[in-house]
Amino acid sequence: MTYITKPKLHHPTLPKNALCHTRRDYEGKISTLCAGCGHDSISAAIIQACWELNVEPHRVAKLSGIGCSSKTPDYFLGQSHGFNTVHGRMPSVLTGANLANRELLYLGVSGDGDSASIGMGQFVHAMRRGVNMVYIVENNGVYGLTKGQFSATADEGSMSKKGVKNTDSPIDLIGLALQLGATYVARSFSGDKKQLVPLIKGAILHQGAAFLDVISPCVTFNNHAGSTKSYEYVREHNDAVNRLDVIPTREEIVVDFEPGQTISVDQHDGTTLRLHKIDPDYDPCDRIAASNYVGQHHAMGEVVTGLLYVDPEPSDLHQHLGTVETALNRLGVGELSPGAEVLGVD
Amino acid sequence: MTPITAINDFVIKFANVNGSGSASANEMFAKSIIRMGVPVSPRNIFPSNIQGLPTWYEVRVTEQGWLGRRGGVDLMVAMNPQTWAADLQEIESGGYLFYDNSKPLPKSSFREDVTTIGMPLTHISNATYDDPRQRQLFKNIIYVGAVSQLLGMDADVIETLIGQQYKSKPKLLDANIHALHLGRDHAKEHLAPIGLRVQKADNVGDKIFIDGNAAAALGCVYGGATVCAWYPITPSSSLAEAFQSYCQKYRVDPVTGKNRYAMIQAEDEIASIGIVTGAGWNGARAFTTTSGPGVSLMNEFIGLAYFAEIPVTIIDVQRGGPSTGMPTRTQQSDILACAYASHGDTKHVLLLPEDPLECFEFSAQALDLADRLQTPIFVMTDLDIGMNQRLCEPFTWDETRDYDRGKVMTAEELEAGRDFGRYKDVDGDGIPYRTYPGTHPTKGSYFTRGTSRDPYARYSERGPDYIYNMERLLQKFDTAKALVPQPIVRMGKKAARFGAIYYGSTSPSMDEAITVLEAQDLHLDTLRIRAFPFPESVRQFVLSHERVFLIEQNRDAQLRSLLINEFDLDPARVIKILHYDGTPITARFIARAIAEHMRGASVSAHASERVA
Repeated sequence: MTYITKPKLHHPTLPKNALCHTRRDYEGKISTLCAGCGHDSISAAIIQACWELNVEPHRVAKLSGIGCSSKTPDYFLGQSHGFNTVHGRMPSVLTGANLANRELLYLGVSGDGDSASIGMGQFVHAMRRGVNMVYIVENNGVYGLTKGQFSATADEGSMSKKGVKNTDSPIDLIGLALQLGATYVARSFSGDKKQLVPLIKGAILHQGAAFLDVISPCVTFNNHAGSTKSYEYVREHNDAVNRLDVIPTREEIVVDFEPGQTISVDQHDGTTLRLHKIDPDYDPCDRIAASNYVGQHHAMGEVVTGLLYVDPEPSDLHQHLGTVETALNRLGVGELSPGAEVLGVD
Repeated sequence: MTPITAINDFVIKFANVNGSGSASANEMFAKSIIRMGVPVSPRNIFPSNIQGLPTWYEVRVTEQGWLGRRGGVDLMVAMNPQTWAADLQEIESGGYLFYDNSKPLPKSSFREDVTTIGMPLTHISNATYDDPRQRQLFKNIIYVGAVSQLLGMDADVIETLIGQQYKSKPKLLDANIHALHLGRDHAKEHLAPIGLRVQKADNVGDKIFIDGNAAAALGCVYGGATVCAWYPITPSSSLAEAFQSYCQKYRVDPVTGKNRYAMIQAEDEIASIGIVTGAGWNGARAFTTTSGPGVSLMNEFIGLAYFAEIPVTIIDVQRGGPSTGMPTRTQQSDILACAYASHGDTKHVLLLPEDPLECFEFSAQALDLADRLQTPIFVMTDLDIGMNQRLCEPFTWDETRDYDRGKVMTAEELEAGRDFGRYKDVDGDGIPYRTYPGTHPTKGSYFTRGTSRDPYARYSERGPDYIYNMERLLQKFDTAKALVPQPIVRMGKKAARFGAIYYGSTSPSMDEAITVLEAQDLHLDTLRIRAFPFPESVRQFVLSHERVFLIEQNRDAQLRSLLINEFDLDPARVIKILHYDGTPITARFIARAIAEHMRGASVSAHASERVA
């Protein structure tokens, strides 16, 4: 980390988005993570995605649990309210926040320890409830803040920096999210910004439970030979099934891939996801096939990345509960109290 | 042996088997007496079980309106062979035993000092109905008929109630009325009159008959709760379920049919309180309801909500602890666990309702206090209040009342350049301003965390920043003293050296105990605590009496510890009177314990009772 205060000045020619914001307007405090940490690349990708989509920073609520990953919401979107909750319990707090005001964009940032170990229960239930959110796990297979213990996503047989071999089976959050009904499921790699930014954009536009598992190497504790979450390992074993382009409105698609190589997924809200197929047989709208594909390739030691599954007609928790369109936190006594008259009954 | 004679002042207890359909018949019996203008205080004594284990329904008929449990039984309706021996034992000498004599029982099964009233219930029922389930269900109505006849109750009152209950099911209506008269006719022809009578009176007035859980749920509806997250646990589940049904009735937008509330049955209590914390942070009024084991699980979040200053309302319907304890019995044993919940230095606001009326009022007020004080507020009810229907004053709601949303800085104020420090005390009351997420494009955002911070919400582990914050939280707690329900003092009829402090469900038995003691020329002043933090008047009450008794329903005198600790009192000034066997405390117990002390009997400062 650096000790230098971030300068407020920036170059006058920096490009601006439709809200006249530069990317700097989407930044937060200076990161206190280790130099080269994959998490900082993910923060940068979130900033880029929000800037490109003209998201109003103050209409985003950033929530996290505890751990290195969970510190990052302080490092992007400085004009957003943030909530660093308790370890493993971000999903419930995000769910409650979302119920209180359905009009904001909910961005949950978590880690593999936070979501797959201590927070497994809450991760699972937030997904099955279909909370409208972007849920990003910054997955490095290791506990960074407590100096290098394995987390539940560490692959069986992978080695810790201290030379300990992990003998437990790994938890695959992608497999779980697919099974539990998440309606947008993607995996990416912090070292592949070109793939990651559009996946985050797609998740932001998606009106349902969007889950992103982002392999994010820990340069200090999990970037050595024998680790399956190192930069080198992931680059060598990355099996990208597709490349995503997000088009916020249903505009005409300008083909820049070979015909037959591109598929478009029109979403209910008017956005279009355009996928460039790398694996021609991969169908991102087939939940069960996606599950099988990811499982088979994991068995071969490959890390499947890309938009793995999307439901173009998602529903969310508010739809399930039949709540009013107005944010619940804006309802007053007139709408909420049944009135004195009602009490005159036995 | 002289049989007991009493009019409108006796206890009748129904001993049944869980799942036999007795509950609705017994409840109808109790309601019939209320319809006759005679107050009753009924209590369900039930097991943690759905079918097969013993369950009791105790009805205290009390023209004077004593709503505490009396203890002892004058008429036992013994319908459960499993508990026969214990049920027989519980009858007062001179009392009555009503039983099913379809099968003969040996003489040794009875007591000489108890009048036995046998009736061939099973024979009558089997001769009338073919279906086994009907035989069981109508047997209950038959005994209600017989007992009502024995007590001299009019049939038309019960018939009216049956009519209301089965308004939409005429077939069941007729069958129930028929069963009722089977019982009444048999009693008229074959059973000798007894000394217990219910006589029409006019002592119910406009009182309503409702359980505390339904009352608290209604309080949350009126108080403006829009988010409820909960996890099923006895004895609080019926509160959440009542909230759901009241919302379905009163919180549906008439135009769109959409709901003005959101309710989640969470995966556990941790998620429940997490959801409530998230909703409170984001400006919705939110509550959870639970019991002791749930509070244990919620501890980490309670600390977060305390330290990060997030409005949270928790209704704890207390049951017997520790651990799983006695899940279907009552206690006041979560006081300390809630007052000081979570690690580190914490103190939480507790509201202590005495009956369904206060469950209603305090639940609505808790939502206001949570917003005003930006902290967790506990409503500490218990199984005795929560799961038993109780006669109480009717609820009222002031139509001009608005919700107190506390100190929330608006976009306009921020735009006007008002300084915003999320954890800064600007008014001297320890309560800072907050902003809802999404308020203003460039002003008023902050990062909420459970770590220490400076007044502008910036992460800080500097000692002075930490101390400032912790002292401010104390200041805020001090501010709460004037905002919470104040204690109620009642002076004795004669100048008193002794005082008595009590709270919550002990209230009706305490009221009665005072009149019992006065009749013995024993006088004392009383103070009913209605909230923690304790206002200064509580200290004054203790100091202005030679000794005060503190009556509570737990083993370790938890509120006494809290009182001594918070006011730095001499423990010798506060005598503990404790009842904690899981049954509701009785006036008999309180009066006896206090009388022994006041007469200087050589008993220790610790009184308890093995069997109520």
